[in-house]
Amino acid sequence: MRTVNFSQHDHYRNAVFPSPFHARQKEHNQLREWSRWSDYLSVPAYWCADMEYFAGRNACGVFDITPMVKHLVTGPDALPYLNRLMTRDVSKIKPGRVGYSVWCNEQGRVIDDGTIFHLEEGVYRICSQEHQIDWFMTNTLGFDVNIVEDTHDVAALAVQGPTSCAILKDMGLQGIEDLTPFGLTYFDFEGTQLMVSRTGYTGDLGYELWIGPDHAERLWDRLFDAGKHRGIKAMGSDALELLRIEAGFILAGVDFLPAMEAVRPSHTRSPFELGLGWLVHFDKGVFNGRRALQEEKEKGSRFHLVKLDIDGNKPANQSFVFTKDEKFAGTVTSAMWSPSAKASIALASLEAPHGKSDSRLELQGHSPLQQ
Amino acid sequence: MTKKYDAIVIGAGHNGLTNGAYLAKAGMKVLMVEKNDFIGGATVSLELYKDDWKYSNCSYVCSLLRPEVYRSLNLAKYGLQIVPYGGSATIAQNGDYIGSYVDPDVARREVARHSHRDADATVRYDRDIMRQCRFIRQFLLRTPPDPTSFKPRDLLEMMYMGKEAMKLGEDLIYDTMRFYTMSISDFLDEYFENPLVKASHSGSGIIGSALGVMSPGTAYVLLHHAMGDVDGSMGAWGFARGGMGAIADAMQGCFTEYGGQTVTGSGVKQIIVKNGRAKGVVLENGDEYFADVVVSNLTLPRTFLECMDPKDLDPGFLKKVRNFKIRGSSGKLNIALDGLPRFTALPEGSELARGDMHLIDSTERLERAYDDWKNGIWSQDPYIDMLIPSLTDPTMTPPGKHFMSVFVQYVPPKVHGKDWTDDQVHQFGQTVINQIEEYAPGFKDLILHVEIRTPRELEDEVGLTAGNIFQGELTMDQLLFNRPLPGFAQYRGPVRGMYMCGSSTSPGGGVMAAPGANAAREILGDLRKTNTVPEGWLDD
Ligand SMILES: Cc1cc2nc3c(=O)[nH]c(=O)nc-3n(C[C@H](O)[C@H](O)[C@H](O)COP(=O)(O)OP(=O)(O)OC[C@H]3O[C@@H](n4cnc5c(N)ncnc54)[C@H](O)[C@@H]3O)c2cc1C
Repeated sequence: MRTVNFSQHDHYRNAVFPSPFHARQKEHNQLREWSRWSDYLSVPAYWCADMEYFAGRNACGVFDITPMVKHLVTGPDALPYLNRLMTRDVSKIKPGRVGYSVWCNEQGRVIDDGTIFHLEEGVYRICSQEHQIDWFMTNTLGFDVNIVEDTHDVAALAVQGPTSCAILKDMGLQGIEDLTPFGLTYFDFEGTQLMVSRTGYTGDLGYELWIGPDHAERLWDRLFDAGKHRGIKAMGSDALELLRIEAGFILAGVDFLPAMEAVRPSHTRSPFELGLGWLVHFDKGVFNGRRALQEEKEKGSRFHLVKLDIDGNKPANQSFVFTKDEKFAGTVTSAMWSPSAKASIALASLEAPHGKSDSRLELQGHSPLQQ
Repeated sequence: MTKKYDAIVIGAGHNGLTNGAYLAKAGMKVLMVEKNDFIGGATVSLELYKDDWKYSNCSYVCSLLRPEVYRSLNLAKYGLQIVPYGGSATIAQNGDYIGSYVDPDVARREVARHSHRDADATVRYDRDIMRQCRFIRQFLLRTPPDPTSFKPRDLLEMMYMGKEAMKLGEDLIYDTMRFYTMSISDFLDEYFENPLVKASHSGSGIIGSALGVMSPGTAYVLLHHAMGDVDGSMGAWGFARGGMGAIADAMQGCFTEYGGQTVTGSGVKQIIVKNGRAKGVVLENGDEYFADVVVSNLTLPRTFLECMDPKDLDPGFLKKVRNFKIRGSSGKLNIALDGLPRFTALPEGSELARGDMHLIDSTERLERAYDDWKNGIWSQDPYIDMLIPSLTDPTMTPPGKHFMSVFVQYVPPKVHGKDWTDDQVHQFGQTVINQIEEYAPGFKDLILHVEIRTPRELEDEVGLTAGNIFQGELTMDQLLFNRPLPGFAQYRGPVRGMYMCGSSTSPGGGVMAAPGANAAREILGDLRKTNTVPEGWLDD
C-alpha cells in the first residue's frame, strides 16, 4: 500500500495525508492538534509535551517517523557511489549496521544529514529530512546504481527510552537485547518482515521499527499492549524536539540551512562548522566537497557550533550571542530548559574565532536564522 | 488657468504620475499633460462593455510595484489594494496539465507527478532565481552609475555595485554573468528534465520580448518577472482591486493632494526648447504651458523623434534613438464572459483557474510561435497568459459574470511589413479565441464582448512605440547604465531642464514605478530641493 500516490491528479485536494498510524494517533491525541511534516499529518503533542518528554526519558515514548524521506540504494556500485556522495567512509558501515552521515556540495556546504542503513550486503537505505532524489540522481553519473525513493512504502516508529528494550522483548522480539547501538536486525511480525534498528534521536536507549504500511496499526497495537505496564506513551514532535536538543543533535532547517535551499550562501554550513568534523574522512579518496573541506581544515572554519550552558532559568530561543565586550558573536539556533540537567541549554552557531574554547558570552534579543 | 509651472510631466502613465507626485510632494507646482481622456497609460481600467464591467486593458497583474513607493505615496489611503492570487496552470494538448499551487507540499507533489527529480530540482531553481533577484532588487531604486565618468558619485556607485557583486561569492558571480546572457530554454535545461515542467517556467522569459525562448538574453527577462513581490513573497503576483487602473488612480490621488494639476484630452505636440534649455510644451490643441523642468514619460523614440524639433538635438544622439530596440511582440484580448469557462483538463473548481493559465506543452512549441513573429505574422499557435481576475476581485464584473484577460505572444507590429488592417486584427482575435475554445469547449458561447489589441492599438492608445509593452526591449545592451542609451541612464535628456521618467529608462518596464521615482530624485537633486523619494529597502 502506498499512502501517497504522486500520480493521482487529485492529490491537491489534501495538502497533507494521514500517516499509516493515523487512526491510532487520533485515539491518543487528546489535544486534537495536528501539525505537518512533509506529506503527512503529525502530532505536536498528544496531551502534554513535557509529560511526553518524561515518558521518553523515564520510561518509553513512541514517535511516528514515517514522514522521514527514505531512499533505497542498490546495484553493484552502491558502495563506491555512496562513498562519493557522503563525507564519511561508508565501507566502515558493515551489513547490519547503521551510520550517521552528512553530504555536501562541491563547496563543502552541507546539503543534509541523515542515517545510512546497510540493510544487507550492498543494499542501503538513506533517511533524511529533505527531499534528495535530484541530488542523488545527479551523482549517479559513472556508477551502476539504482535509487528509488520509498518514503511512502515504509511505516516507521521511534520507540525511545529506558524501558524500550523490555517492551520490545515482551512484544516477542526474541534476542532484541543483543542488538548493539547502531545495529539493525529483522524479525518476523505476524508473517511480515519487521526491521528493528537500535537508533534514535534522543540520546537514550531506543529503537526504530520499520514495517510495511499495511501492518502499521497492528504494530502500534502490539507495542502499546506490551508496554502497558512499562510506561509507554505516544510522543509528539514537541517532546522529541526537547529530547534531541538535550542530546545535542542538530536539525536541518533549524540549526543549519540545507545548501540547496539557502538563498544567502553565507547561511550554509560545512560539517566542521556543525561540529561534525568526525564524519569527514579524507583518507577514503574523492568525495563531494573534499577539496573545499581540506582547504577549510587547513585554513580554519568560519563558524563553530557550540553547546551553551546559560545562567538563569529562561530558555534562550532566538537569541543573539555577544562577547563580554558586546561584540556580535553569533546566534542561538535551538534552545530549551533542560529538565534533566536543570539548566537552560542551547545550540548556537558562533562566528570564528568565538566558541573555539570555553568562554563566557552574553545573550540578547532574538534572531531567527533565515533562509 | 496659469500657464507657468515649476515642472511639466508629459504623459500620465504610472511612472509620470509617480514622478509628478514626488515633485509635488517636494513643494513644486507640477502640471501633468496626458493625451488621452483618461490617465494611467498601460496601467488602466476602462469600462468598454457596460458600466459595471471593468477591464485591465493593458497590464493586468502586479508584483513589480516598489513597496517603497506604495508606502511613501500612501497609495493605500487613495484606495489601492493588491490582492495576491493563487497558483497557475500550464495545460498540455494531451489533456494533462501542471499546476503551481500555493501550498509548498502540494506544489512539490504536483511537479513530482510529472517528474520526481524535477520536484527536487525546483528547490534549487527557486533558490538560484531568488539569489539573482535579491541582487538586482537592491539597485531598482538607485540611479545607475555612468561607468565612463570620473564624478565621485559615479565612482562611488560603481564601487557599491562591485562590492555587492563580490558579496555574492565566486560561484554566484559566474552564475550572474551567465544569467544575463543565456536563453531561458538553456537555463531551464540545467535544472529540469520534463518538457511540461520546463514549459511552465519558460513563458516569463519571453513575455513582452521580441525574442524566442531559445534566444540569448531571455533568462534575464524571466528574472525581470520574478524580482517583484507581494508582501515580501518574492516572485508572487497579485491583482490590483478594481483593475490595474486603481494603481494610477491612487497615484493621481496623491499627486492631486500635493497640489498637482492634470490636463487630459490633448497630447504634447512639441517640447519647447530655447537656447538649449527646455522651456515648456505645446499641445496638439495649441495650448502652451511653460516650465524650466520638462519630464517625459513617453518612450524614448516618441519623446525625441515625435515631440522634439530635430534641430534642437544632436544628430548622433538622434541616430542612437532611432536604433533603440523597441519592437512590438505582444497582443491582448479583453473579454467579457457570461459565465465561467470550463477547461476540460482542469478539475472542476480547481484553485488553479484563479491564477495564470497557459496553453503550451514544450519550449519547442513556444519557439515555433516565435518563428511566426519573425515571418511577420501573429503566432498561429500563440503563447497566452490568461487570467480571470473576477474570480478573485468581485468589483470587476456583475456577480456570476467574468472578465478574462488574455495576453498573447507573439504579435508583430506590422503584418508582413504592412500596417495591420481591421480585418487582420479580427482574424488575430479569432486565432486566440479558437485556441482557447480547443481547451475549453463552449468558451465562444460565453463571450459577450471582446477588445482586441495588437501592437497597432497599443501604440495608438498608449503611445507605446511599435507596441513594445516595456517601452524598449529588456536585453543587456539596453539595461542598467545602457538604458535607454549609454551616457543617458541618469534620467537627464540631452537638453538642459529635460528629463525622462518612463519605462524606457532604468530599471525598465512593468508596473514598477522605479523609473518615475528615480527620475524625481535626480530632478530634485539638480534643483537642490529636499529629496522626497525614499531609499530602497534592502532585503535583510
Ligand atoms: C498589453 C500589456 C500588458 C502588460 N502587462 C503587464 C503586467 O501584467 N504587469 C506589469 O507589471 N506590466 C505589464 N505591462 C507593462 C507595463 O504596463 C508598462 O511597462 C508600464 O505600464 C509603462 O508605464 P509608463 O508609465 O512607463 O508608461 P506608459 O504607461 O506607456 O505611459 C505613457 C503615457 O504617456 C501618454 N502619452 C503618449 N504620448 C503622449 C503625448 N504626446 N502627450 C501626452 N501624453 C502622451 C500615454 O497616453 C500614456 O498615458 C504590460 C503592458 C502592456 C502594453
